[in-house]
Amino acid sequence: MKPHENLDPLVIAGKSYSSRLLVGTGKYKDFAETRAAVEASGTQIVTVAIRRTNIGQNPNEPSLLEAIPPSKYTLLPNTAGCYTADDAVRTLRLARELLDGHDLVKLEVLGDPKTLFPNVVQTLSAAETLVKDGFKVMVYTSDDPIIARQLEDIGCVAIMPLASLIGSGMGILNPWNLQIIIENAKVPVLVDAGVGTASDAAIAMELGCDGILMNTAIAVAKNPVLMASAMKKAVEAGREAFLAGRMPKKLYSAAPSSPATGLITPAPK
Amino acid sequence: MISLTINGEPRQFAKPLNCSDLLQELKLGGKRVAIERNGEIVPRSRFPEQALADGDKLEIVVAVGGG
Repeated sequence: MKPHENLDPLVIAGKSYSSRLLVGTGKYKDFAETRAAVEASGTQIVTVAIRRTNIGQNPNEPSLLEAIPPSKYTLLPNTAGCYTADDAVRTLRLARELLDGHDLVKLEVLGDPKTLFPNVVQTLSAAETLVKDGFKVMVYTSDDPIIARQLEDIGCVAIMPLASLIGSGMGILNPWNLQIIIENAKVPVLVDAGVGTASDAAIAMELGCDGILMNTAIAVAKNPVLMASAMKKAVEAGREAFLAGRMPKKLYSAAPSSPATGLITPAPK
Repeated sequence: MISLTINGEPRQFAKPLNCSDLLQELKLGGKRVAIERNGEIVPRSRFPEQALADGDKLEIVVAVGGG
């Protein structure tokens, strides 16, 4: 394969994307910074949260959708902050109406405000309801391969296991589980949560992940725009390394890359 | 006088109103919002027709930054 990203698109629910990096829009200083970081990341899919509007207290509040227009990006409404399947389903029905029938969504049902671990029982229940209701569900879950398979069987269009806790920046803590999920899934697998810096993103992609969704690692960097650019490169580099196929690791049988003969001094025996 | 619960807050209005009127009253006219009325989505195209009744519980939401 040639090193050209458009020859290797990420396909989610039948739609192709040239970028494998999905980014969130939370925790930025202002919408100008959000927009600059999103642009630098090269992303095409951007997550948004759905929240109660102010009801007249602040009529001139700027709108996120002016900074991140739905005409330019695929918006991925999420259910962050939902702790029950019912709340998640209500939130996404509102999101679909808000975004003119847009049905690609990110489902996450949390289990605990301290860890933000997913509640997989509620997640499975919400996924069933949403898929029956015509949503295309990208689902945040734990790195449990059995739950991942069940979510795929329900009809989710992408499985998005955590690499470590949301907002923790702890990196890829269990590459083996991710690898099992990737090997068994027939839908895209994206790491969602836990990436802290560019090398984490590259490691996830080298494992064979189809993409990465991140927010905090970019938004909380000292220079978010520069980190967004770093993440773009890391995701591309990791993907290319995965496709290229890495050399095997060898403890011994060291082999020099330069000729072993013709040295001016013979090698020691 | 009708009483509505909007985003968890009680509000009174002097005259009967529909969803579009309500958004004007709340200075949200022209903004992209979605409305849930008593647990049911009100299609945005129906805001001008959807009358609100005393005791209705409404959720009015927008897209905000999030991951």
